[in-house]
Amino acid sequence: MELLEKLNILADAAKYDAACTSSGLDRSGRPGTIGSTMMAGCCHSFSADGRCVTLLKVLQTNFCVYDCQYCVNRRSNDVPRAAFTPQELCELTIGFYRRNYIEGLFLSSAVIQNPDYTTELMIRTLAILREKHRFGGYIHAKAIPGADPLLTRRLGLLADRLSVNIELPSSPSLALLAPDKRKEAILAPMGQIRDGIDQSKRELAVYRHAPRFAPAGQSTQMIVGATPESDRHILTLTQALYDRYQLKRVFYSAYMPVSSSPLLPVAEGYQPPLLREHRLYQADWLLRYYHFRAEEILDETQPDLDPRMDPKCCWALRHLDFFPVEVNRADYEALLRVPGLGVRSAKRILRARRVGPLNFEGLKRLGVVLKRAQYFLTCSGRMAAGLHVSEDGLLRHLVSLEAPALAQPMPEQLSLFGDAV
Amino acid sequence: MSWTQISCQYDGTYPGFLSCVFDCYVHQEEPVEFRVPSDMCCSLYPLRTVETDEAHALRVYKSFSKFGAEGQRLAVRCFLTCLPDKELWLWRFLRLGYAQGARVGQNLTDPTVDKVRKAVWHLEHEAHQYKGFTRFSELEGILVGEIEPKNQVLPLLRPHFCGRYPQECFVLHDRTHHAALFHRPGPRGWNILPVEHFSPGPAGETELTYRKLWRTFYDTIAIEGRYNPKCRMTNMPKRYWAMMTEFQKDWDTALPEVKGV
Repeated sequence: MELLEKLNILADAAKYDAACTSSGLDRSGRPGTIGSTMMAGCCHSFSADGRCVTLLKVLQTNFCVYDCQYCVNRRSNDVPRAAFTPQELCELTIGFYRRNYIEGLFLSSAVIQNPDYTTELMIRTLAILREKHRFGGYIHAKAIPGADPLLTRRLGLLADRLSVNIELPSSPSLALLAPDKRKEAILAPMGQIRDGIDQSKRELAVYRHAPRFAPAGQSTQMIVGATPESDRHILTLTQALYDRYQLKRVFYSAYMPVSSSPLLPVAEGYQPPLLREHRLYQADWLLRYYHFRAEEILDETQPDLDPRMDPKCCWALRHLDFFPVEVNRADYEALLRVPGLGVRSAKRILRARRVGPLNFEGLKRLGVVLKRAQYFLTCSGRMAAGLHVSEDGLLRHLVSLEAPALAQPMPEQLSLFGDAV
Repeated sequence: MSWTQISCQYDGTYPGFLSCVFDCYVHQEEPVEFRVPSDMCCSLYPLRTVETDEAHALRVYKSFSKFGAEGQRLAVRCFLTCLPDKELWLWRFLRLGYAQGARVGQNLTDPTVDKVRKAVWHLEHEAHQYKGFTRFSELEGILVGEIEPKNQVLPLLRPHFCGRYPQECFVLHDRTHHAALFHRPGPRGWNILPVEHFSPGPAGETELTYRKLWRTFYDTIAIEGRYNPKCRMTNMPKRYWAMMTEFQKDWDTALPEVKGV
């Protein structure tokens, strides 16, 4: 089979993986090697669906022994199958990397024969890349649940980031849709990777040349919308993953119908829950950067995120007693709670107010989005001039601010001789 | 104390500008415009022509350490931006810096600092975008790339690409500012030089194959059900597209041609 055809098949099979980041690690190239990584990551392109393309995201192979209902590569699905040889994939990666098309390789795989064999195949690829080509770019590898821990360790020593997909947000859903996978089998490698990273960090503190195990951390992904879990359930799970497994990222993937299983939402006229995914990511950011806890964002009375407004606005409206926040006195955590203030604006406020008191004009200069923040802020004890809003008026106003950005049904051209004819 | 207002003529280089700053302080003059010899229109203000003096420039450059890390970064990088009248803004920023010291980097609500900070942010943002959106073509063993930035991003891209490809010979051409970054393996094997004409040869067989592979990958990786052209354009404005392999229809040309150049 030709390389072009293989790439087509194996990129197509890998595209439903949401994770495509190259962040979390700074490494400059040394003479004799090729490649570097950046802490912030680097997007090399954006595909037609608006998602960033930073890594060469392919499967080693899409031959699979499992039969997960939501997955395009399940063995009962009739699709063309292919496999890269390790050499082929390495040459492709280096060829793309030299032309600055990509930041590195995202290597995942369907399970061919068994998890051990699959992992060995991936290790061979990465070993050639790192040792023969002396590749210093970013490598994100998928750990295969069920593989021998020694093999996973070897994989982590070659890759920068490891991930294990948790796939679905609860074990009953997993039992229903992915009968060959069990929650324990997924969490075991996650725990192992966490311990490996911990150990590697401790060793590095003592010996500079100690081997680095997954230095950019680990991440995971779950599918949203295929099963009936609430947003609250998903966020609580996310928080537990951050707390217990020290994940760098949890990715959400709006369910896309790739199979016609009777267990899944029907494909006819189905729209992927993109807005829900977006709100979940916003809430995820609140957990990671804004010092929020999942319990604060959602509770029993409100198990799902409001599609009309971002989660931080919702929290603010439920806690109006917390506001207004005084820009010139409030601490960093309090500033982060204000809708419209982000991490950057909050840090700029901290810097700028050391020079002199801030007013609304100054805030605008700092890049604070006042259209939302003005309702929740005072500058030296004063609200923005000419602002009179009642409590329920505020909700209406904030919703109307957000409304134009949300997807509307496509406008239709009026026709005199439409369907009636 | 009011200084005489003058029009300052210099050679357009950064050392030249720093010499202007030196001379203005020596003569106690306030420049209200900066000119280069090629500017046609003359001015009503008295003209002072400043000869570039490396020693003076270095003294001024070293004095930037008084502004603190953030202020120093702004003072050095502002000259690379595409801000209209950047010399004048930078001059005002320096005056402010000498008056306020390290506080100038924190004084974000000041109109001058704000203007300079936003211009530098634009420069750095564009440089970051180009770290990803630059495309190289392999022509007879040498990697050749072209960009068309608004700001002078080459000095900012230099450490990135030299660190990334330490074993490669590469050329990165800036069409807007007619300059190119050249690199060959070895310590300090780089230089940024002005370039008059830049026409790389035709692409070889391997190069064409890789372009085809990349385009296949790019087209495949998009999920049809999530098609969102607006999001793509927000993240990757169309002005970058002309130079990018994935949007390139013509396979035989050495590098993507740009319309209207």
